[in-house]
Amino acid sequence: MMNSNTVILRTAAMYLMPLQLLFSIFLLLRGHDEPGGGFIGGLVAAGAFVLFAFSYGSDALRSLIRLDPRDLLGAGLLFGLASAIPSLLRGEPLLTAQWWTIALPGDAELKLSSPLIFDIGVYLAVVGTILTFVIQLMEAEHE
Amino acid sequence: MLLTVMLGFVVAMAAPWLVKLSGRYSGWLLALYPFSLVVYFAQWIPVIGQGHSQLTTYQWFPGLDISLSLYLDGLSLLFALLISIIGTFVLIYAGSYLKGHKDLGRFYLIIIAFMASMLGLVLADNVITLFVFWELTSITSYFLIGFQHEQASARKAALQGLFVTVGGGLCLLAGFVLLAIMGGSYSIQGILSSGVSLPEHGLYGAALVLVLLGAFTKSAQFPFHFWLPNAMAAPTPVSAFLHSATMVKAGVYLLARLNPGMASDLWSTILTSVGALTVITAVVMALSHRDMKKILAYSTVMALGTLVMLLGIGTELALTAFVVFLLAHSLYKGALFMLAGAVDHAVGTKDLSELSGLRKAMPVTALLMLLAAMSLAGIPPLFGFIAKELLFESLLQASVWGYGLLLLFVFSAILLVAVAAALALKPFYGQYLATPKTPHEPPVAELLGPVVLIVMALLLSLFALPAQQWLLSSSMLAVAGYVPEVKLALWHGVNMPLMLSAVSLVLGIMLWTQWHRVQPWLSRVIAQLSRFGPERGYFKMMDGITWSASWQTRFLQNGVLGLYMVVLILSTFLLAGYTFVRSYGLHFPLDVQDSYVYEWVVAFLLIVSALFASTTRYRLAAVAAMGVLGFAVALTFIHFSAPDLGITQLLVETLTVILLVLVLFKLPEFVQLSSPWERARDIVVALFGGVVMLFILVAAIDIQYFDSISSYYIDNSELLGYGRNIVNVILVDFRVLDTLGEIFVLALAALGVLSMIKLRAEDRVK
Repeated sequence: MMNSNTVILRTAAMYLMPLQLLFSIFLLLRGHDEPGGGFIGGLVAAGAFVLFAFSYGSDALRSLIRLDPRDLLGAGLLFGLASAIPSLLRGEPLLTAQWWTIALPGDAELKLSSPLIFDIGVYLAVVGTILTFVIQLMEAEHE
Repeated sequence: MLLTVMLGFVVAMAAPWLVKLSGRYSGWLLALYPFSLVVYFAQWIPVIGQGHSQLTTYQWFPGLDISLSLYLDGLSLLFALLISIIGTFVLIYAGSYLKGHKDLGRFYLIIIAFMASMLGLVLADNVITLFVFWELTSITSYFLIGFQHEQASARKAALQGLFVTVGGGLCLLAGFVLLAIMGGSYSIQGILSSGVSLPEHGLYGAALVLVLLGAFTKSAQFPFHFWLPNAMAAPTPVSAFLHSATMVKAGVYLLARLNPGMASDLWSTILTSVGALTVITAVVMALSHRDMKKILAYSTVMALGTLVMLLGIGTELALTAFVVFLLAHSLYKGALFMLAGAVDHAVGTKDLSELSGLRKAMPVTALLMLLAAMSLAGIPPLFGFIAKELLFESLLQASVWGYGLLLLFVFSAILLVAVAAALALKPFYGQYLATPKTPHEPPVAELLGPVVLIVMALLLSLFALPAQQWLLSSSMLAVAGYVPEVKLALWHGVNMPLMLSAVSLVLGIMLWTQWHRVQPWLSRVIAQLSRFGPERGYFKMMDGITWSASWQTRFLQNGVLGLYMVVLILSTFLLAGYTFVRSYGLHFPLDVQDSYVYEWVVAFLLIVSALFASTTRYRLAAVAAMGVLGFAVALTFIHFSAPDLGITQLLVETLTVILLVLVLFKLPEFVQLSSPWERARDIVVALFGGVVMLFILVAAIDIQYFDSISSYYIDNSELLGYGRNIVNVILVDFRVLDTLGEIFVLALAALGVLSMIKLRAEDRVK
């Protein structure tokens, strides 16, 4: 029933999903300074996958992302925990933000930080959670 | 020093791969970790032996006075050495004992993690850190005892050990908090050196009881002793490790650590009586069993009781005896467990009544067993002898209940000699009995540990005085608070303790000759008595918990969702409303003067969609109306310039609608099931909740008890967090610990949904 056969939705999903995913990463990365962040980015990415699942079915989604959503969830938690390590190594209070600036050719510079690692963890955890919900619910449908 | 502990967890995680890589030499390879610890800690002996100590502090949660501080003094060094030495041989032993087991990698993972936790426990100075490691040992030992998880008995024993020790652990946490309040610090050294007399503090009684509950459950003191012998379901290397150096000694370690500050008359009365009671219970139980590992487990309980009692007596001699006996027991008990396991492995049974005359086939094992059992029975020239002499001597001079305790100990020494004889003589001498497997000498990996431990016991007793000067006196310093002047020696001359030893030896051997009659009789008596024993109480309590859980589930969680909502809303808003009216009163200072038209439009949208959602007869329409409601809320957020909240709200609403639609397809047609009365009740409850919330919101604009924290975030987000988006900086930097907790909640929710759907699907398949 959820495996909709409308051409319009399928075609739209085909083009929208990559854009949505790109946008979600954009939101994730700019989150520290502008509206966005791991949580919002994760929601957008999950929305992209859900759109795909609605038009092509949950099996297609599974074979598209290859990973079990539960693994995404676990990876998210690991990223979250890993962001605590740099501060430990420096002997500072746990989860103290650490910043590394890498100069790039030209005038640009790359700001990396442990909060970014943490935000990636949030992103993955959100995507993992929602996909777990949706895929399970859609598959329960088939039975 | 933190590295030694953390390295353990890293090695543990890598263990499964290392086992795959190194195959049959995995035991030897992994033993390099504890062996490197032996080398590391041995380097500290010259420094610590002089009475110095070393405190290393790493930041953890400085805001809560919780730090990863590690403290190395005589006592923790002694324990660290025991853990790493016995750990080395246990890992080598396990490689042979569990050779080819499909879960060997997992076994090493858990036992090395256990080792590291135990090391952390004895090194920790901060009580919260200590508690974390304490619980880690409980959890890892749960997995170890339940290692053979296909067997129901192993699972049951593991769960029992977990419940008893973790239950005690919770008491301990409360006790630690009380201690920290009393001493004004979360550091053990800080509490002990705070100058506050703990026994005179008002909270002393409560703290004492809580800490003792934690220590007694962990160290299997009466009436919590039953979990330890049941834990014998674990593979032998585990038993050797858990019971000789580690887990069960954690409670004793804690008591010894707190002894300088906590000792009082009450302390000494409780410790002495509980210890003595444990000793007598355990030694009788030990004699009543035929299973070698069970016998050893009960003799461990007895040793733990002895240690607790010695701390309770608390004289200079008793504390010296404590340290010596602790060391002696770890050495011989580790050896005995490994040997018993080796015999079981080589022969196929560990039931003493089926073992006889193995001396010819296993001469080395027989000799080692004899030596270790001699140390157990306290026969010279083993180190156990010195310990027993000191024990008798300290009892002779004890002021608490003097001769009563002495008599009790002579009695238990007699029984212990009989137990030791049963272990060392019964399997190896006499007529050979056919065994399930052809007896053969165990491989080197299984004998190496016992050999080294027994040689250490011999050397320690021959060179008792140097050992005391190097290490033992600094351990005594940590336990007693001063350096005892007792000099250790193998030969004290003919005196009262020696006479008592001789008497108990002779009577014990006589008892052993009657073992085949005494043991079955005792076994029957104990089977009768255990109907009233503490283990019975444990089962009664577990049944009670299950019963009350199912009762409250039937009562509160009866599956009617509407009722859940009513209970939730009523309890929340009755409490909130009550507090609100008491502290604020019934004002309603709403000012709508400077509002704009479009604010009214949004408000109107909100109200209409809410009304429509609650009255419509179509599910899909209700979901859509809820979506409109959510979008209107998002509009409000954006209007009041919180774009992050607005975006999040929009996305969450979208996904919620999708999820609801997915769920709704599975539901039956929309029908009216509730009675008019129920609907009226629901309307009243909902209106009540809404009205209280409205009052609270209006009041929140009106009053400000203290300055808003948001100004701090606005000022510092770019300065300290290097980000202009305040919401994000709060989430990933200022309050990152909260967010970390939240993503874990998210994960748990996902797993909950997953298991719910999966279980339902499986039910349907059945």
